[in-house]
Amino acid sequence: MYALLSSIPYWGQTLLRLLGGAVAVLLPAGTIVYLFLFKMMSFMQSRLGPMEAGPYGSMQLFAEVGKWLQKEDLLPERADSFVFKIAPLIVLSSTFLLVAVVPFGPDAWFTNFEAGVFYALAVSSVSVLGILMAGWSSANKYSLLGGLRAAGQLIAYELPMILAVVGVVIQAGSMNLQNIVVAQNAGSIFGWDGLGNPYLLTQFVGFIIFMIAVQAELTQTPFDMPIAESELVSGYMTEYSGFRFLMFFIGEFATAGVFAFIASVLFLGGWGVPFSWFGWAGINDVDNWMNIGGPLIMLTKMLGLVFIIMWVRFSYPRFREDQLQRFAWKVLIPVSLVNIMATSVLKVAF
Amino acid sequence: MVAQNIAFGIIAAIMVVGALRVVTVNNVVHAALWLVLVLAGAAAQYVLLTAEFVAVTQVLVYIGAVMVLFLFGTMLTRAQLGKEKKLNNTTWYLGIPASLLLLGVMIMALTSSFGNEKLPTNTELVSTQEISDQIFGPYLLPFWALSFVLLAAVIGAIVLARKD
Repeated sequence: MYALLSSIPYWGQTLLRLLGGAVAVLLPAGTIVYLFLFKMMSFMQSRLGPMEAGPYGSMQLFAEVGKWLQKEDLLPERADSFVFKIAPLIVLSSTFLLVAVVPFGPDAWFTNFEAGVFYALAVSSVSVLGILMAGWSSANKYSLLGGLRAAGQLIAYELPMILAVVGVVIQAGSMNLQNIVVAQNAGSIFGWDGLGNPYLLTQFVGFIIFMIAVQAELTQTPFDMPIAESELVSGYMTEYSGFRFLMFFIGEFATAGVFAFIASVLFLGGWGVPFSWFGWAGINDVDNWMNIGGPLIMLTKMLGLVFIIMWVRFSYPRFREDQLQRFAWKVLIPVSLVNIMATSVLKVAF
Repeated sequence: MVAQNIAFGIIAAIMVVGALRVVTVNNVVHAALWLVLVLAGAAAQYVLLTAEFVAVTQVLVYIGAVMVLFLFGTMLTRAQLGKEKKLNNTTWYLGIPASLLLLGVMIMALTSSFGNEKLPTNTELVSTQEISDQIFGPYLLPFWALSFVLLAAVIGAIVLARKD
């Protein structure tokens, strides 16, 4: 597989990577919106959800996109037009940059970054910039308040997220996501290698903290203070319409998918199956079919994790602003620091 | 190395334009956004030097945290839309000799210590492990000193923020 890929010229590989990246961002986003936002939410509220477009409303998504594309691209009169127009692009491009480090199979990766996890955390923090720009440039008090709330929240929850990942990095001994996948699937639990060693078991605290931080980074309920519709209309997105609103919308759900990909790589073993099942010793022994099977396994794990995110979203009421900040600084950060200490002590001891 | 040199030139030109716009633009938020461009350019230069860890740190710390806090602070206090008058200090021209002096000192220092030295053409990636070995080896004392400065800053912030 790798030999086949290397025979393609560099520009061809780049084109393929761009295409693959677009698929890896847009396919999960569409699936999440249809499965969870349209159908699961409706079932939890005892209604059917969209049923008209296509069988069981499965074409609803295309109808929605068509509707948004037809709408006028509105610009408030006193808005700062350049910053206003570029803001959704920055939010969306941070999602596309984020997917670049996720490995989907032994050879199915976009880039094999040495500092993969670190890069993912850095790039995800760029979207805050786009949100602040959107909030400020809209010339609207609700938008500005929403942008400021979002910035405060995202800064606060970025820290526990980084600290939760540190535990995994210590245990795997690498920041490369591919190496983290291999370390989990080639590992063993006290000599028994039937399951590999998914870090969900040893880093359970880190997993919980990471998922809470992801929920907050995505501004999903109960952390939806920045777009609280009962107080701020729609926060920093208030003035956006048509295609630019669609970009924010895609960005929100695509980022949910990509963060779920990263979480499944860090804690659930990523694309791999335990290597002992097929007698593989390391990454070089892995059979070629894993380049097809890996992405499917990743997709399944991603859907499972997004299911949890959405389940929480549709179940809980919103945090108050002070509760939200206190929870990050006084609960999550100390707990994740203790987790790091415990992990490093155990790493040295074993 | 030709491609790297061309890329360096383009990125450097963008950074210079961005840096000039930071001080000439008539809007605080626009100035901050131009500064983001300059810092992103620095990160791109680090990538060209195959120092990916430093580049990622640049993005995480400067763009993701420092600039976001800058913007957060200005938007909380005063960040009006449109052009703002009297944004420039009246004694701004005093900065010109100071910056020229800094430029001269840096050129002197760089040429006298590196001179005709060239970057190795066959550049290997600097691994994160090497960086951490360096930080926790020969550079341990400066690292501790920096941590101490940061600790002092944190305590200072707490003292300022306390109400009692």
